[in-house]
Amino acid sequence: MRWSKLIILSVIVLAVAAVGVTAVLPLKMFQDNEQLPWVQENITLGLDLQGGVHVVLEAEETEEAQVTADSMRKAKGIIEERVNQLGVAEPVIQLQGDKRLIVELAGIEDPEQAVQDMIKPAYLEFKNAEGETVLTGGELKDAQAVRDPTSGRVTVNLTFTEKGTEEFARITTENVGRPLGIYLDGNMLQNPTVNEPIPSGKAEITGYSSLDEAARMAILLQSGALPVKLEVLEKRSVGPQLGEDSLNSSVKAGIVGLAAILVFMAVYYRVPGLLANLALVVYTLLVLGVFIGINAVMTLPGIAGFLLSLGIAVDANVIIFERIKEELRTGKGLRPAIDAGFKRGFVAVFDANVTTLLVAAVLYYFGTAVFRGFAVTLSIGILASMLTAITLTRWMLHLVAGGNIVKNTKMYGA
Amino acid sequence: MSFHFVKLRKIWYIISLAVLVPGLISLMLQGLNLGIDFTGGSLVEVRFKEPTAINEVRDVVTGQGLASAKSIQKSGETDFLIRTRELNEEQSSALISALRENVGELDLLRNERVGPVISNELLRNALLALVIASALILVYISIRFEFKQGIAAIVAILHDVLVVLGIFSLLQIEVNSAFVAAVLTIIGYSINDTIIIFDRIRENLHFRQRGEDLEDMVNRSIWQTVVRSINTVLTVVFVLVALLLLGGPTIHNFVLAMLIGVTSGAYSSIFTASPVWLELKLREERGGGQVAQA
Repeated sequence: MRWSKLIILSVIVLAVAAVGVTAVLPLKMFQDNEQLPWVQENITLGLDLQGGVHVVLEAEETEEAQVTADSMRKAKGIIEERVNQLGVAEPVIQLQGDKRLIVELAGIEDPEQAVQDMIKPAYLEFKNAEGETVLTGGELKDAQAVRDPTSGRVTVNLTFTEKGTEEFARITTENVGRPLGIYLDGNMLQNPTVNEPIPSGKAEITGYSSLDEAARMAILLQSGALPVKLEVLEKRSVGPQLGEDSLNSSVKAGIVGLAAILVFMAVYYRVPGLLANLALVVYTLLVLGVFIGINAVMTLPGIAGFLLSLGIAVDANVIIFERIKEELRTGKGLRPAIDAGFKRGFVAVFDANVTTLLVAAVLYYFGTAVFRGFAVTLSIGILASMLTAITLTRWMLHLVAGGNIVKNTKMYGA
Repeated sequence: MSFHFVKLRKIWYIISLAVLVPGLISLMLQGLNLGIDFTGGSLVEVRFKEPTAINEVRDVVTGQGLASAKSIQKSGETDFLIRTRELNEEQSSALISALRENVGELDLLRNERVGPVISNELLRNALLALVIASALILVYISIRFEFKQGIAAIVAILHDVLVVLGIFSLLQIEVNSAFVAAVLTIIGYSINDTIIIFDRIRENLHFRQRGEDLEDMVNRSIWQTVVRSINTVLTVVFVLVALLLLGGPTIHNFVLAMLIGVTSGAYSSIFTASPVWLELKLREERGGGQVAQA
């Protein structure tokens, strides 16, 4: 036995184990402060795993509002502003095609309400007694929800722009003693009577039962009116409970499945099986690393795709090991048998993987957002498996065979 | 050699037909149980704090003017799935608050709404994806192997897809966009298995033993790869069974489709793809012989 090769092998095993343990186990085991495992800390979970809402909105052409590239950009900006006010971490708002908007909000408490607010036109008008629109929300500078500390009355306080202030002063002067209605999307909010001219450019809307309700209105008014009419084409919301359930159960299933593979490989293929298992652990870490590196989103189908790619990674080794066994049976020595096994096995593995990659590419192109995650993990898995199952296992097998660490060909399945 | 896979091929064809024919009849008579992804509509899943009777939930749903609710299904101890026509935001909010008021405090697990525009797009994309994936595979195999092997591989794929579709139709298990992903993955696995055997056939064809006829050569190739086929299917089945038992209800149907498909894929690569290629090849040799005589 060559001790140097045994040492190299031991170093590899220890290094893999160390990286694996620090990546997956919670860091609090090593530190006092409670911190999530590295993987969990850095991987972006999809909406189906952390809860959230995915909405596809489409602008509808109306007589007053045409759908143009410009109006879509404006609509996107307004929705961005409304969503940001909700305090959602990293919302996704994308234009898709000519007239669609995709909005994804993670970890939101009331997705129904959020979607309703998102698509509200929020067109504010002031109308005089004759029903003519004299001022619109376009001249608003600010809107704030305020609770009066003494009376407890909740209002939305409006501040106009400079031009709006002048207009409002003129309008209130002209309408002293007459009503001035405030309308949102054609519905009258209230119809107060003007007592005296208001030169300050400030107005208030009353009649809210809670600060929350007023705050939502303030957000809508502040962000301004949508330039187009938006309709919900598709909405998928997942509650945080279901997301957590899905994450826990799929991780549990993954651990059991992976353990079953590791045991099977070790029992059936012995020495090469153990090395393949080591390669499989490296493979798992590599895939997770790439995933975090390219900032991909881990979805439930993504986890399934990853677990299935374990099968592909193992398959490459199974094909090659079976080939090595055959070569050993023809009477070849250990090292020539390993070389021949890898050489002949590789062609089969290559062709098989290319076709699976083709399927994954098609799935990515045609799939919905969630299944793109599946296609991405499957593809990363296949590419990584070519690296670990072929290059790494081969190198380690040579190390073991060449170092005479294990000489008995029976231990290679012959 | 003990067991001749190829000589017994008529038996394998009969087994395949025995599985395929009932499924095909079911597909024609009752079709698939399409979920809202393909039909459009709304799906609400709620979890009550207390154990709840299905009748209480049904009363509220009916009270909301959704008497035509497609189904109300108990999906767990305190969980319910409610499928209805497409509800807009106000309507679904009204339904959920009515459930809260009349049945009890609840957590909203899922609320999905798919309009007709999206469901039509999904259906079209699904079919397009299947056709394009098959075409790409055919082209690749024709380049790397030969056209006849490409045809045989496509026959095997068709076999597996129809087995899964047939069983899902027979059992009326709901089909959604996840199912399409499952079918595409099944195609990937099935072609993977088939290629491993075809790779052996390609190699053995180059070094064909003198006097060995085509049947025996295919049989020998299958025997050389059969351990790998079994072991690989086993590892995938380990993962799938774990996902099926522990993976939770959301991906249950997806995993079930995969399990059926992967098993069928392993079967078809041995018992469908290889014999079909042999039939095509034998026909070519016979045809070629006649031309040579003429």
